[in-house]
Amino acid sequence: MEPRPSAALALARGLARARIGRRGALALPALAGAAAVLGGCSIPARERPAVDPGAYWADKRSNGRLTFANWPLYMDPDRTPLARFTERTGIRVDYRETIHDTPSFFGQIQPRLAGGHSAGCDLMVLTNGRELSTLLRLGYLAPLDHGLLPAFTAHGGESYRHAPYDPGNAYCLPYASGITGIAYDPERVGREITAIADLWDPAFSGRVGMMRDAPEIANFGLLLNGVAPAESAPADWDAAADRLREQRDAGIVRGYYEQDYLRPLTSGDVWLSMAWSGDVFQQNLEEGTRLRFVIPEEGATIWTDNMVIPITAENPLDAITLMDFLYEPETAAGLTEYIAYVSPVPEARELIRERADRADGAEAARLAELAASPLVFPTEEDYARLHSYVTPPAGEDQAFTSRFLAITQE
Amino acid sequence: MRPRAVPYLLALPAWLWLGVFFVLPLCGMLSVSLMTGDLLSGFTQTFHLGTYAEAVQRYRVQLLRSLLYGGSATLVCLVIGYPVAYWIAFHAGRSRGGYLLLLLLPFFVSFVLRTVAWQFVLADDGVVLGTLKDAGLLPEGARVLNSAPAVVFGLAYAFLPFMVLPIYAVLDRMDRRLVEAARDLYAGRAAAFLRVVLPYSLPGVSAGVLMTFVPASSDYVNAAVLGGPGTTMIGNVIQTQFLVNNAYPTAAALTFTLMAVLLLGILGYALAAGTERMAGGRG
Repeated sequence: MEPRPSAALALARGLARARIGRRGALALPALAGAAAVLGGCSIPARERPAVDPGAYWADKRSNGRLTFANWPLYMDPDRTPLARFTERTGIRVDYRETIHDTPSFFGQIQPRLAGGHSAGCDLMVLTNGRELSTLLRLGYLAPLDHGLLPAFTAHGGESYRHAPYDPGNAYCLPYASGITGIAYDPERVGREITAIADLWDPAFSGRVGMMRDAPEIANFGLLLNGVAPAESAPADWDAAADRLREQRDAGIVRGYYEQDYLRPLTSGDVWLSMAWSGDVFQQNLEEGTRLRFVIPEEGATIWTDNMVIPITAENPLDAITLMDFLYEPETAAGLTEYIAYVSPVPEARELIRERADRADGAEAARLAELAASPLVFPTEEDYARLHSYVTPPAGEDQAFTSRFLAITQE
Repeated sequence: MRPRAVPYLLALPAWLWLGVFFVLPLCGMLSVSLMTGDLLSGFTQTFHLGTYAEAVQRYRVQLLRSLLYGGSATLVCLVIGYPVAYWIAFHAGRSRGGYLLLLLLPFFVSFVLRTVAWQFVLADDGVVLGTLKDAGLLPEGARVLNSAPAVVFGLAYAFLPFMVLPIYAVLDRMDRRLVEAARDLYAGRAAAFLRVVLPYSLPGVSAGVLMTFVPASSDYVNAAVLGGPGTTMIGNVIQTQFLVNNAYPTAAALTFTLMAVLLLGILGYALAAGTERMAGGRG
């Protein structure tokens, strides 16, 4: 453990002496040469032409295996649905929890797909947003043949068939959804929270948590101004950014958070915050907290994690078979019981209720609460107040994101 | 084999490592910083220097703030770290190794985890603030988290050992008879410290300042975890521009700007402090 004094000093000495010796004189042209070589390079996008589903699926055969990339904690530890899938079809699934955040995962797969190589998986789960839209625009995802999706056709919820980024589910099938609304601690707030405008109330100065993600805070700024995010134009973005800046400059915002917003909310640093529905449900269930989650009057947004097949997938037929299997109500109910996010299969609710009747003790209570929760199974009225995200037109992504980064990153 | 070639051959692995994992990526980054385009249409090399001007213009506040936070944290480290190093070197006796181990012990835990732990300690109703509020020593609304002082504090905490170790290293090998000689010549305790020990330890202080200031200024974890609105550092901007906004040229340009500013700062500092002194020479 004895430190080496000379190391620190040698470092300082090296840093402090600007001398170009013989070796330095050799290194400089080498550096310049390397820079020149790289100067010729570029990072190409390599757009792929759109593929007709019929032509794509015509020569695809089942290989009896597939690799499924998903988020952590998005399936029970025993992988029950996959075991049942293998039992039924004989297809083995290599399940990997490799997706921790969309931008980093996108950074991994984008160069491989641009080069026409395998993305390392046959099925992956991506949240709607900039990365998914980019993959769609570049033609890196396999078009779906609905003839191969009987369970989705029969059981998929109506609200999940009209995503603005992928109308008619041409490429994406929802895995689960969640609502971005407001969570608050009733004891600290001392009144009922009903609206996004409450997040602008000076009474809660320094007690409001907002999300750091640009699309998320953009949505709240837009909804506060009465604009539907999916139909917003650049002028609306400016107006929304102004409102969010007012809120920040007035000292109302305590912090801009990522997934870590739950900690200040439970410790009392933050009294009310933008929040994701499933988080709040799980938090209350596991930690015994009494946070309340509301869909504000002005509306809230619903996001969707989508199952998609990379166009370079080696086992696409096995992947689409699994996609469809997850839409069988039995499977969907089992999945929802564990993850507690919104299921795209409405029939799952009834099945969970039945299981609650058959179960006993704590498990029965948990299942009953899950089936009754509007956070897991929103009502039609709830859905009416849920909006889709802003989908900036091609080329305006950066302009959109930058406007809101300027607020959270000042 | 000629013996003259031996040292070069021995250094070859290090050169290769530096070349492949440092120089090459650096050249790549430099190249990217001069490109234009976006993810959808691809990035092409246009030698567009304007990105630098735009990026610096737009993020000058965060750039200056990083230097300010880094500098403040370095100052805090110096004020706290010097007495620690002095005490371990002169008064800890045989258990010096033990105290150094204590100093380094937090480093056995992940950097991010340690920073997150401060969120719990500094929470509004947490161990520290909650207790002080209960005792009536702090007003009910007082808070520390999500503020500039919290970020500076986090930085100082994270990089303190980088300040203590070089100062300790210099003081530890100091000839104690120098102090005795000063006392023999009628210097008081204060005078002996100010005129003998302090000047002797300055090379260590110089090294410590460098080793604290550089990583503290480019850190982004502390601002993300302990900061709030208006405490974003340049490291956070670079990370976001790379990963969230996919504005690779802007991110690369900011990276190089930060490197250049820090290098110039170090150079200026080295010239002012004197290279011989920094090198630990005594004449």
